[in-house]
Amino acid sequence: MSDQTRTPRKSSARADTGHTKAAKNPVPAVDNSAQLIDFYRQMIFIRRFEERAARGYTQALIGGYCHLNLGEEAAVVGLMAALRPTDYLFTNYREHGYAITRGIDPNRIMAELYGRVDGVSKGWGGSMHMFDITHRLLGGYGIVGGQIPLATGAALAIDYRDGDEVVMCTMGDGTTNVGAFHESLNIAALWNLPVVFVIINNRLGMGTTVEKSSAEPELYKRGSAYRIESERVDGLDPVAVFDAATRAVTCARSGKPFLLEVVTERLRGHSVVDPAKYRTSEEVADLKAHDPVHTLAALLLRENLLSAEELASIDEDATARSDAASAFAEASEFPAVSTLFDYTYATPVPNDSRRLPGQPLFGAPQPTPGADQ
Amino acid sequence: MTVMTFRQALHDTLRAEMLRDENVFLMGEEIGVFEGSYKITAGLLAEFGEKRVRDTPIAEEGFTGAAIGAAMLGLRPVVEIMTINFSLLALDQIVNHAAKIYGMFGGQATVPLVIRTPGGGGQQLGATHSQNIELYYAFVPGLKVVAPSTPADAKALLLAAIRDNDPVLFLENLALYNTKGEVPDDDTPAVIGKAAITREGSDLTLIGYSRMAYVAAQVAEQLAESDGLDIEVIDLRSLRPLDRETIIESVKKTHVAVVLEDDWLTYGIGAEIAASISDGAFDYLDAPVRRVAMAEVPLPYSKSLETAALPSTEDVINAIYQTLEAVGKRRTKIAQDS
Repeated sequence: MSDQTRTPRKSSARADTGHTKAAKNPVPAVDNSAQLIDFYRQMIFIRRFEERAARGYTQALIGGYCHLNLGEEAAVVGLMAALRPTDYLFTNYREHGYAITRGIDPNRIMAELYGRVDGVSKGWGGSMHMFDITHRLLGGYGIVGGQIPLATGAALAIDYRDGDEVVMCTMGDGTTNVGAFHESLNIAALWNLPVVFVIINNRLGMGTTVEKSSAEPELYKRGSAYRIESERVDGLDPVAVFDAATRAVTCARSGKPFLLEVVTERLRGHSVVDPAKYRTSEEVADLKAHDPVHTLAALLLRENLLSAEELASIDEDATARSDAASAFAEASEFPAVSTLFDYTYATPVPNDSRRLPGQPLFGAPQPTPGADQ
Repeated sequence: MTVMTFRQALHDTLRAEMLRDENVFLMGEEIGVFEGSYKITAGLLAEFGEKRVRDTPIAEEGFTGAAIGAAMLGLRPVVEIMTINFSLLALDQIVNHAAKIYGMFGGQATVPLVIRTPGGGGQQLGATHSQNIELYYAFVPGLKVVAPSTPADAKALLLAAIRDNDPVLFLENLALYNTKGEVPDDDTPAVIGKAAITREGSDLTLIGYSRMAYVAAQVAEQLAESDGLDIEVIDLRSLRPLDRETIIESVKKTHVAVVLEDDWLTYGIGAEIAASISDGAFDYLDAPVRRVAMAEVPLPYSKSLETAALPSTEDVINAIYQTLEAVGKRRTKIAQDS
């Protein structure tokens, strides 16, 4: 097991899509111990929350698709730390960790997974579609690449109003092959929009490798087609991600879009139900050896930043909060059927259809409160 | 009232709304320097500048999605998609995003977006540039689809669409841009979701939208003069929501209905209307609901074939005659036509 955090690869190492096998980088000279501890708290909480979500799924308390951030914790916390609270985040369907790290109450995130009224999207979105305007998480999106034009447009709105906010838009590695990616990068560059496009390269789109799906597998290089500055960073090192994301966000805030590739790992299958049989046992062992949460814990211990007891205590707290989130979610109500037609239109209009299946077009009673289930 | 073309009504309304609300801005291909493929936006770039009249690259998915994202942050973009055929390239953004964002996130974000786009065949533009595929959008809850047929409605419905907080697909038609009509000087928006009875009558209900509502009005006047027929004309104006009540009330009075549509017959808008009439006025019907639609082919280029494939005034009149004959309501001599 590598017991070191990693620094971002310099340009000479950028051609390598894998993680360096035995990175032995020195601990940064500046004292960032408070930041490291904070990152660890956040990362272990994402870890335990996601494991709790997986359990909820196997208990059939969570339905649909459920994609976890396991293995991507360092990327998530490093990226989110680079944003101001007023900045916006658009992301994809693997977004629980982002929602947590943006500061949304984990109880509400778990309640969304459980499909309850107290969920961040009131039970309408589920795992893939979390949204919270207060924390400026403008959506997890289930269609691969669908969030990219939206994020570009949000940046357009900021620019339109001469605002100083930045939009961050995360996506998976496979997303760099959809047209929306290329159309959006082109538009963002043409119009000098304050947006950071972030590729979370966990090296697999479901089961297909980057090399099998992208003719330019060094994904950050795709920015050059649009003269967008870009960088690749080791996504298992939260400090490296934070530093790179800070550079990217600063660039975007100055009115130039940025493309950041974060090379990370997906510890489990594409979603909870995927056993990932396409992976060899060697790969699985390698993944475990590079587990970013364990790596950071080992660093904190070795550098005497936290004792074994303190690490255990943080972990227990994360587990307890995850369990509490599940308990909260389970206690929350399912949305009432009487609310089924509440969100078709924001501006009410006559003749909006409010019929339940099987009701005739004419003469059917409208659904009434109390008609649930 | 001022008499003006459909095109002028659109242009003047866009300009007035941009003056009224600085959050309203325009995006689309060739709408600025080129002043629009159909010149709806002529002069607006010069007046408002590049920030508010934004020429986009040829990237329908990208710029339509960007407009949706801008709308989520409170701007009120009016996107021009050069023709409705090209909207297919933005289908994911319109259907999976614009239509879903309000509901999917539990009402936390709105998408006050207008997509203006013309449909219509008859210009010898061939199969890919002559479609009437508004049905694709009228099918989707979360979208609103409006389809004016007169300059007055072009203004009133565009006002309503821009001020609405939901995504509205605003259907135009190539054949209507040069038509003229009286337009009220005040800026009262239409009510989206309401059809209009543009001509009252008792013999037959003739239903259309966009260009076919225009054809319906013409045919009704012509047959009043030539045959003494008293046809009631309904201009749907809104395809989603669909104003079924107005249709049903009319059919209860006339007992026969002919539906006109520029799209393809099978699964078309007319099919929905016929089904609605069967549901709401079954006992009042004296004849099956007749539909007049485009021939079910990719529209050919050659004029002879194109003309044959598109519903003409003559096709409409024949359908009306046959329906009335079936119920013994036709008042003129059949011998004249044979």
